[in-house]
Amino acid sequence: MQQTSVEQLKQHAIELRKTAVTMVYEAQSGHPGGSLSAADVISALYFREMNVDPANPKWEDRDRFVLSKGHVAPIQYAALALRGFVSNESVYTLRQYGSPFQGHPDMKKCPGIDISTGSLGQGLSCAVGMAIAGQRDEKDYRVFAMVGDGECQEGQIWEAIQAAVKYKLDNLIVFVDNNRLQIDGFCEDVMPLLDLEKKFDAFGFDTTRIDGHSMEQIVETLDTFAKQKNGKPKCIVCDTVKGKGVSYMEDQAAWHGTAPNKEEFELAIKELEGGLPV
Amino acid sequence: MSVTKKAVEKKATRAAFGDEIVRLGESNKDIYVVDIDIGKSCKTDKFIEKFPMQHINVGIAEQNGAGIAAGLATTGKIPFISTYAVFGSLRMAEQIRQEVCYPNLNVKIACSHGGLTPGNDGGSHQAIEDMGVMRSFPNMTVIMGADYHSTRKLIAEAAEMYGPVYLRFTRDAVPMIYDENETFEIGKAKQLRDGEDVAIIANGDTVRLAIEAAEQLEQNGVSVKLLDMHTIKPLDVDAVKDCLDIGRIITVEDHNILNGLGSAVAEVIAEAGKGQLARIGVQDRFGESAPYEKLLEINGITVENIIAKANKLLTN
Repeated sequence: MQQTSVEQLKQHAIELRKTAVTMVYEAQSGHPGGSLSAADVISALYFREMNVDPANPKWEDRDRFVLSKGHVAPIQYAALALRGFVSNESVYTLRQYGSPFQGHPDMKKCPGIDISTGSLGQGLSCAVGMAIAGQRDEKDYRVFAMVGDGECQEGQIWEAIQAAVKYKLDNLIVFVDNNRLQIDGFCEDVMPLLDLEKKFDAFGFDTTRIDGHSMEQIVETLDTFAKQKNGKPKCIVCDTVKGKGVSYMEDQAAWHGTAPNKEEFELAIKELEGGLPV
Repeated sequence: MSVTKKAVEKKATRAAFGDEIVRLGESNKDIYVVDIDIGKSCKTDKFIEKFPMQHINVGIAEQNGAGIAAGLATTGKIPFISTYAVFGSLRMAEQIRQEVCYPNLNVKIACSHGGLTPGNDGGSHQAIEDMGVMRSFPNMTVIMGADYHSTRKLIAEAAEMYGPVYLRFTRDAVPMIYDENETFEIGKAKQLRDGEDVAIIANGDTVRLAIEAAEQLEQNGVSVKLLDMHTIKPLDVDAVKDCLDIGRIITVEDHNILNGLGSAVAEVIAEAGKGQLARIGVQDRFGESAPYEKLLEINGITVENIIAKANKLLTN
């Protein structure tokens, strides 16, 4: 497995953000806010951590990725394109008739999608199923899942967490994209989640909390914490900013599922090209 | 086909699941059972004992059970989710839609306590709308066998075919109808009797009632064609069309008269613009705690009512 440098991963994250925003702009539909908050973890997973083969997307020993918060599909599609699963140009057919790039990930249509998602709260259970299969088959693959913090309001998430602990799934690594916002506003106001790090910990996960935009912290956590084979599933609560990298989208619930107009799009690309502030 | 003479012998079709899943698990290590706490009641105990590494118990968490099954299926496993029909069709309905049917994964949903069979448990536990709900999902196959042997055969067929299948079993014992060597094909009705005056199409635990009604009608000179429509989706449309010349059709099911077998047959008849239909089933009302036979009677799911409906159609 190539060890892509932190600097390269940061560059890839910029490219992913630009591609995702462009996809949503071209489609005039989609979810830019959560795509941008998830971008840095996605970059680290696809360009450093995950053992996948773009030429053989269904390779049975591959690491799996479950985007439980399926509405941020554009950032995953951007990664699939940059990693070579699909062509760079094709992703701009997002949400169009006949496109493999459905509004939410569709495993039947898009290479590299390990499970179809879109209805919140469900993907993590599927990830648990994949991890159990890997464990029973004595395979080395790992299953990475990303859930939203708002998504953790779904009861099924906690059912999945219980099962992951019961079955000692240390091949399961869950990222919480803790961007603090959902469609109707701040999670804190809509339905407080309290301390997700403590909650996962209390349920029996090995849990840590990092800055989800610090590539250094993401890589360090993946290199050490996430690799422990100690019979416990892992949770990485990533403190993130919805809309990260585009000033006018940052921390704005309104950019959850809104496409930028031409002027906004051009400003977004200009800002993203400058990279994240250090 | 040959109807067995041992009509007095009874067995619940959930027992057929318990037995068949062991046979399947033995020959195929990819067969998994996902239990949702009620394994003993759903008869998976023998499977658990023999194949612990092919078994998962998610506790009282149906939604998670469906998702885990989907995840297993992406790796090539053939999971059978085992629970009661009320929960298997409703508590996990959206999970089945999103994570099983939408990606067309090879997950089987095997449900005991179908229809009114959990009589004394009351309306909360009687699944009267499950097959209708499942029939609405693209990619889903919906099956209820009439007795122990046919249910075993249909479970084996379901394991053999690729794709989501909803299988419904009885809690209570129902008479053995078929010989153990009888073969069944998913989506193909089993003709139990040929006739010219009335066609009766039944499924599940009501097939035994239809057989009895047909025998009595025959004794009174009414010639009856009788189909066991174990698969309501995909419906054996040709078999229904073959009843259109008779023109007098009765459906019998232990399910709401809305959206189940009766509705599926009605769709074919309406589109053909030919034939009269009488639907016998649960009268769009919830059940209550009572003996199973009493609940059938309240809803008119009886031999007498089948005969009455046949006579009415004949006098129209």
